Amino acid sequence: MIYFDKVSKIYPDQSVALDNVSFTVQPKEFLTLVGHSGAGKTTLIKMLIAEDFPTQGVIFFESKNIHRLKKRDISKLRRRIGTIFQDFRLIPNKTAYENIAFAMEAIGRTDKEVKSDVPYVLDLVGLGEKIWNFPYELSGGEKQRVAIARAIVNQPDIIIADEPTGNLDPVNTYEIIKILQKINELGTTVLLTTHNKGAVDAVGGRVITMEKGKVIRDDKDGKYIL
Amino acid sequence: MIFTYIKRIIRTGFVNFWRNGFLSFAAIVVLTLSLVSFGALIFGSAFSRALIADVKSKVDINLYFTLNALEPDILALKKTIEKLPEVDKVEYISKEQELVDFKEKWKDNNLILQGLEEIGDNPFPAVLNIKAKEPSQYAGIANFLDSKSSLSQSGVSIIDKVNYNQNKLVIDRLGRIIPVVEKAGTIIAVILVIVAMIITFNTIRLIIYTAKDEISVMKLVGASNSYIRGPFAVSGIMYGIFSGILTLIVLAVFAFYSDAAIIKLSGVEGVKDFALVTNIFSNYFIKNFGQIFLIIMGSGIVLGAISSYLAVRRYLNV
Repeated sequence: MIYFDKVSKIYPDQSVALDNVSFTVQPKEFLTLVGHSGAGKTTLIKMLIAEDFPTQGVIFFESKNIHRLKKRDISKLRRRIGTIFQDFRLIPNKTAYENIAFAMEAIGRTDKEVKSDVPYVLDLVGLGEKIWNFPYELSGGEKQRVAIARAIVNQPDIIIADEPTGNLDPVNTYEIIKILQKINELGTTVLLTTHNKGAVDAVGGRVITMEKGKVIRDDKDGKYIL
Repeated sequence: MIFTYIKRIIRTGFVNFWRNGFLSFAAIVVLTLSLVSFGALIFGSAFSRALIADVKSKVDINLYFTLNALEPDILALKKTIEKLPEVDKVEYISKEQELVDFKEKWKDNNLILQGLEEIGDNPFPAVLNIKAKEPSQYAGIANFLDSKSSLSQSGVSIIDKVNYNQNKLVIDRLGRIIPVVEKAGTIIAVILVIVAMIITFNTIRLIIYTAKDEISVMKLVGASNSYIRGPFAVSGIMYGIFSGILTLIVLAVFAFYSDAAIIKLSGVEGVKDFALVTNIFSNYFIKNFGQIFLIIMGSGIVLGAISSYLAVRRYLNV
């Protein structure tokens, strides 16, 4: 469903972030991208959500060239992609409930849907009790669960998780990975980037390894090898 | 659909306004200061207009007639003068009236009244007081009168003297000063308004800067630009409403206590000297409340909403 075709990104200071990267993401796949910091994982994801554009090459989301989309269509694309980040990116002055409700309201879901779906997804990630807490009242693991709930509430086609466990301890890391696997089992494509060995080994599945902007391995049933 | 959309924007705007209490407070303070300077301009121009009007009303041309001028001739001339486009008002004071006025004025002074009796005849000339619409127009009227004074009904001039030439200097000067004062006032007003707008815009931009992460999250979940901007504009409108109300209160307090302050500063005796000044503000405030209300509230709301709307634009290009 996603095609990277010979994508390169060279920043104005001549540093190469991506160098001729090509690969395909299949529907319902759980794909893990590994690599050291600076290998180009985050750049790749920024391009996928149209936050940045490639210097060369094209990226397709199904039949659409992401970087040819109009502004309005970019927000429509983003509605089909759920994103989770290392720094959670929750809105600090909104409660857990409102953070998720906001994502639903922004794309025009009805009040009735909001009322029934928000508690449902918060229950799904195990946060049913902290529905009215503000982000600063939650632990790192809890914040990440809110972020995951927000990412899945609009039933996107793909979840992109960029280092979701980067700020978490091993127990929370394991639980977040478990939640992502559950989402994948329910039929959503998951693209996970990480440099956490434990996380990769817990997932199994396809692993793409990157180094200095290049794809150096693409293993069907990969382990963490760097 | 569109109804839910608008409802959500308004609700979010309200909620953000309350939750960011301190920032909202800061915005309201700055906006209030701007609006108070608007109000000061309104009062300032009212004040100078009152002063100028007062000075203008004191300037006139007096036309003195010869003692044997006949009333019908004078009234005919009055009619002709009234037809001039520059003339605002012509007042006729007859010889008899002049005498009555004089006697009334000096009724406690026997010496003067005796002197008057000794003359026997009525020594006062009939007078026409001519007021122009604008001080600069007196010259034209005076010229007209000069040309008129040479001829009259019977061939002998009935005009004894026109006092324009005596007042010429003052009248001319006033004619030049008033437009300058008015123009300078407008320029200062425009500069102040621009400064106030820049300060307000910058404050609101700083407030929205603190929300830039929030804006990027909104973009990320696929919110449209107008859906992101809307609540900020709503908060901006609320800043405008609150600071508008505060400003009106400040102006009302100023208008109604300025008289008391003048009395206090000048002492009860001195109040007479300030007769011209007292009640200008409170009268003006009451008389033009509708207009002041609209200007202050309107500029507050427009300033708040537009500043917010423009300030968000910077962070929308993610």
